[in-house]
Amino acid sequence: MESTGIVLGFWLLSGVTVASALLVFLSRNLLHAVLALVLSFLGMAGLFVTLSADFIAVAQVLIYAGAISVLLVFAVMLTPLASRDNANSLFVLPGVLIGAAFAGIVGFVAIDVDWPELTGKAVLGRDFTTTVQGIGSALLDPYVLAFEIASVLLLSALVGAIVLVREDEPA
Amino acid sequence: MMRSAWLDPVREPTRRLSPQVLAPLAVLLVAFLALNVAIAVLIVSGRLDGHWYDFRDLGNAVQALREWLDDRTADQPGWLSDLLGDHWLSYIVTALIGAIGILSFVGVVLLVLIWVERRLIGRIQVRRGPNRVGPFGLLQPFADAIKLIQKETLIPRGADRFMFYLPPVLVFIPGLLVWAPVPWAPHMSYLDINVGVLYLIAISSLSTLAIFMAGWSSNNHYALLGAMRTVAMMISYEIPLSIALLSVVLFTGSMQLSEIVQWQADHNMWLGVLMPLALFTFFFSSTAELNRTPNDIAEAESEIVAGFHTEYSGMKFGLFYAVELGNAVAVAAFVGTFFLGGWSLFGLEEWVPPYLVFALKIAAGYFVLVWLRGTLPRFRLDQLMMFAWKYLIPISLLQVILVAFERSIFEHWDVPGVIPLALFTIVNAVFAVRIVRFWARFLGYRPERETLLAPTLTRSVGGLQAAQRMRTVR
Repeated sequence: MESTGIVLGFWLLSGVTVASALLVFLSRNLLHAVLALVLSFLGMAGLFVTLSADFIAVAQVLIYAGAISVLLVFAVMLTPLASRDNANSLFVLPGVLIGAAFAGIVGFVAIDVDWPELTGKAVLGRDFTTTVQGIGSALLDPYVLAFEIASVLLLSALVGAIVLVREDEPA
Repeated sequence: MMRSAWLDPVREPTRRLSPQVLAPLAVLLVAFLALNVAIAVLIVSGRLDGHWYDFRDLGNAVQALREWLDDRTADQPGWLSDLLGDHWLSYIVTALIGAIGILSFVGVVLLVLIWVERRLIGRIQVRRGPNRVGPFGLLQPFADAIKLIQKETLIPRGADRFMFYLPPVLVFIPGLLVWAPVPWAPHMSYLDINVGVLYLIAISSLSTLAIFMAGWSSNNHYALLGAMRTVAMMISYEIPLSIALLSVVLFTGSMQLSEIVQWQADHNMWLGVLMPLALFTFFFSSTAELNRTPNDIAEAESEIVAGFHTEYSGMKFGLFYAVELGNAVAVAAFVGTFFLGGWSLFGLEEWVPPYLVFALKIAAGYFVLVWLRGTLPRFRLDQLMMFAWKYLIPISLLQVILVAFERSIFEHWDVPGVIPLALFTIVNAVFAVRIVRFWARFLGYRPERETLLAPTLTRSVGGLQAAQRMRTVR
């Protein structure tokens, strides 16, 4: 079995993640909700670290905690009256239902699938490439088409955003 | 000459040292030189290589300590080894060593460099700078810190109390974490992870949110304006900064900081020389991330009081101030690591402890930052944004493409590494100059001398009457 420290870390980090995710929709202040969301992102990054997925963990911090959160903050600041509260809305019930259904599916798959498990010394014996190089060559070798499609999609989204907000040139 | 020396406000009154002071100093100097000779002999004879007493690399001593501790704890399992694995004692000890090392380093550096910065800026601006507290004013930072600690912390009415208390602490955490992967010597870095570069970018992007919290929770227009400016600037300049680091990673083929430095040491080539444009982009974007002077619109005193920390007083303000300075030192360290060869100095690191070489590079980088602060005026917000999006990002992207080509040539060309590297240096330098000029022309800028060297006389366009005619026509 794995050492107790990892298990302890898992429970601690998942506790933080779940608690702050709950805070996201329980707190009345929208900006507090954003900050709780960031905390839950960081908890997720910690969980990735305990899985030895360094690259994913750092990317999680970089993209979610560093960039997406700033985007959210900007969205909140630029929306009129939005920073007042995070009140209940009509969408609570459907939201809870969808969330429960999603959690159910993910949980079912996680429990049902027979994951290959490696613990303790067996992990060390396995010849893992470092995560960065592995992910890099995977992205540019078997999955290069998906990678390129994603980047073209992002580019078109960027261009579209610029076209949408562009003001007409004063004649 | 005597008179001008008296009139010069910067010059300290000369202090003559008495023989009673000079004699011990001379003895110390001789002893120091003798020690150096002894050390040099030891190194040449090879007796120091890799042993724990190899003071050139403190990592060796820590490694020896870890092995010793592992031997001690291997045969006696306890509940701690259940919890943390077999090497629990060496984990804890090395973690403590690293943490205490970083904390004390940052603390000492902050206290000393505040004084250095104020004195240097004083010298640049032809005044004395702090010189009253202690010898040469060296104790001024301590006096400031004590003053700040005992000051009352005011909280503005209507401020969000919880979010007002958090940011000074949150800003400090990345400021410390950023020091973890910095390599001081071949084996002397606290967290030598293989995603080091990404780690740095991720950690430094965390402080954006803390700064925004500070500005928002203060319930103050100036603070909010400063925070918005800071956030806008930080997310804009993160892009050219990352692209500059991308060309470094591309060429060295590693994101591990120690390997980047090792590459430069192996090839006897500084990446800053190899790609000057990336060096410039990184340095300029870092000053924007730091809110330091060419780009300090986030806290432009003449416009928005003090920016996001307008409402902070006492030690909370002190923390913001200290973090800003600490990040400047960190940027100097990263410029040193990525572009100026880190701990290596063309073989000198065999003789001098590499961490001293690296400290020297940090000091040089920091001096340039202070110099810029004392010399340059401030950009406008729109100028800064335009410079990031229209200028830095396109030309650094072109640079990345060029570097990618060079990298593949370097990989496949079967000649000694010196030839392609020298070639690339010339190509990159020419490219940097040409692209900077071309892109400025492309955006519609002309060098000023083209218009200024040929003055138009008022008379040649018709004199005063012409001006009056124009007025009546309008």
